[in-house]
Amino acid sequence: MFFFERFGATIALIKMDVKHFKDYLSWLYYQYLLITCSYVLEPWEQSIFNTVLVTAIAMVIYSSYVFIPIHVRLAVEFFSGIFGGQHESTVAPMS
Amino acid sequence: MPRYSTGEAPGGHSYLQKAAMNGSCKIENGGLKNGYVKNGVCPEDRILNGGLYKRPFHEAFEETPMLVAVLTYMGYGILTLFGYLRDFLRAWKIEKCHNATEREDQRDFVPLYQDFENFYTRNLYMRIRDNWNRPVCSVPGERVDIMERFTDDYNWTFKFTGRVIKGVINMGSYNYLGFAQNSGFCAEASAVVLQQYGGGVCSTRQEMGNLDKHEELEHLVAEFLGVDAAMTYGMGFATNSMNIPALAGKGCLILSDELNHASLVLGARLSGATIRIFKHNNMQSLEKLLRDAIVHGQPRTHRPWRKILILVEGIYSMEGSIVRLPEVIALKKKYKAYLYLDEAHSIGALGPNGRGVVDYFGLDPRDVDIMMGTFTKSFGGAGGYIGGSKVLIDYLRKHSHSTAYATSMSPPVAEQIITSMKCIMGADGTSLGRERVEQLAENTRYFRRRLTEMGFIIYGNSDSPVVPLMLYMPAKIGAFGREMLKRHIGVVVVGFPATPIIESRARFCVSAAHTKEMLDEALSKISEVGDLLQLKYSRHHFVPLLDRPFDETTYEETED
Repeated sequence: MFFFERFGATIALIKMDVKHFKDYLSWLYYQYLLITCSYVLEPWEQSIFNTVLVTAIAMVIYSSYVFIPIHVRLAVEFFSGIFGGQHESTVAPMS
Repeated sequence: MPRYSTGEAPGGHSYLQKAAMNGSCKIENGGLKNGYVKNGVCPEDRILNGGLYKRPFHEAFEETPMLVAVLTYMGYGILTLFGYLRDFLRAWKIEKCHNATEREDQRDFVPLYQDFENFYTRNLYMRIRDNWNRPVCSVPGERVDIMERFTDDYNWTFKFTGRVIKGVINMGSYNYLGFAQNSGFCAEASAVVLQQYGGGVCSTRQEMGNLDKHEELEHLVAEFLGVDAAMTYGMGFATNSMNIPALAGKGCLILSDELNHASLVLGARLSGATIRIFKHNNMQSLEKLLRDAIVHGQPRTHRPWRKILILVEGIYSMEGSIVRLPEVIALKKKYKAYLYLDEAHSIGALGPNGRGVVDYFGLDPRDVDIMMGTFTKSFGGAGGYIGGSKVLIDYLRKHSHSTAYATSMSPPVAEQIITSMKCIMGADGTSLGRERVEQLAENTRYFRRRLTEMGFIIYGNSDSPVVPLMLYMPAKIGAFGREMLKRHIGVVVVGFPATPIIESRARFCVSAAHTKEMLDEALSKISEVGDLLQLKYSRHHFVPLLDRPFDETTYEETED
């Protein structure tokens, strides 16, 4: 019995949280509209603007995902070539 | 960028500290340098600027936060891009062009509708046009009824729904003393005069249009202002734009505040005199211009100027600032220039007796050469006046276009002004007028204090009933007006041509007719919308105008 009561309370809490979260999201979207001036754009202009913005962000994320590891690896190799110690294979064996 | 931040002292000082500093170390401000302040006088009671001011002069213009400025420019950038896109579509006939276009047979002419082809009007203003020109269908008192309208083509045309939005709290009318009424003694007196004289006069003052009501009004205005004579006109704007040309001409120099009203600007331009602009309310800038004018004389010939006329306003309607009249008068006396004071907003609204900015500072009205003002605001009437010496008024009667060509004031309007002015003066035997003036001062301080406490950026003087609340971002102009109307508060929002591009604002006008309950309701709604739109930008870095050192590089010579 106690369990069910607690369960019910949790459900209510989650529901409230979800509602809260939705409100927060809609408030965030409203702020986005105001700051980017999409608020005063006509719907078709708004969709163009959102598409362009989302595409640009997606491309930035994708290209950073693809290229940053490569660049980092190249940079590490480059700098280790300058500052790092000599490679094992270049060290002449002394016996 | 922020107009008022050039070289300001580091933020975070409280105003009182600064005020104390002004009283004791007068090297800091322009007072000593100007030479009209006696040395060695250190008033104990923190009188500002060496005793020129009889009361603390508290005026603040908070700096625009950097992030807000960047986001505002970004917003204008986005809107401009879409404006170009829409113009492209219109040019290629992909989209229907709603605005005025040239006739087909005049296609190769120079365009006639240049103004309406303005990029800003078409692409930015049109998107939020529903916030302006809303038809009001009641007396514009403390509450108004607004006709509801809607648009189905994105603000190019409006249609009425037939419903009326009733009981909107009016925070926009210049009804400072609450004389905009359709009942009460003013309205009754006007109705009686309407019965006797009718509505129109159908002639000018110089011909058959000079009624006894006009003579009575002029005597009363002169008495009210404390000057020798006064003259009244049917239109406030024309009072400025038609009388300045009668006073100044070629070979004269007009020194004009940079934020002067369009009527003063037009009058100055029509006069043909050389115009030089000084920084808003900046006495160092004014003094430099005066000194240069006297030292160098006219350009090329170096003959002395025939006369120098200083144009200032009492309350600046977009900034809510009050002119530094004691300093202006001291400068004008020192350099022997003339002073033209436009009291459009301040008459009735300022001073313990409601007699404008001269009364507010406790000065002698005879020190101001030309006292101009309007009846449109505090008196709930229409028209304007000029007050001054008898010689000045006689000269203007002969030379002003407003006298010669304008139809004289409608008698009921004149009667409205007479009764309201008598009420303010206490000549009607009641203390009603005085109570209204005091109520306005109280409402103003309360409203300004509460808004500042809420964290909004509020411009201007703490005693000015014009209260600008900064919005900055272009989308917030539209959103603020709409959200406030939804909550039954009528406000005026102001954007670009009237203000600098990033300093969009909402402008409230406090009235004596507002009760405390109304102000509280309006304030709570403003706070609600302020939270919704994130308008509480203030970081409480007040920069009193007095302490901004004069930066010589920030002001342009207008030598021609």
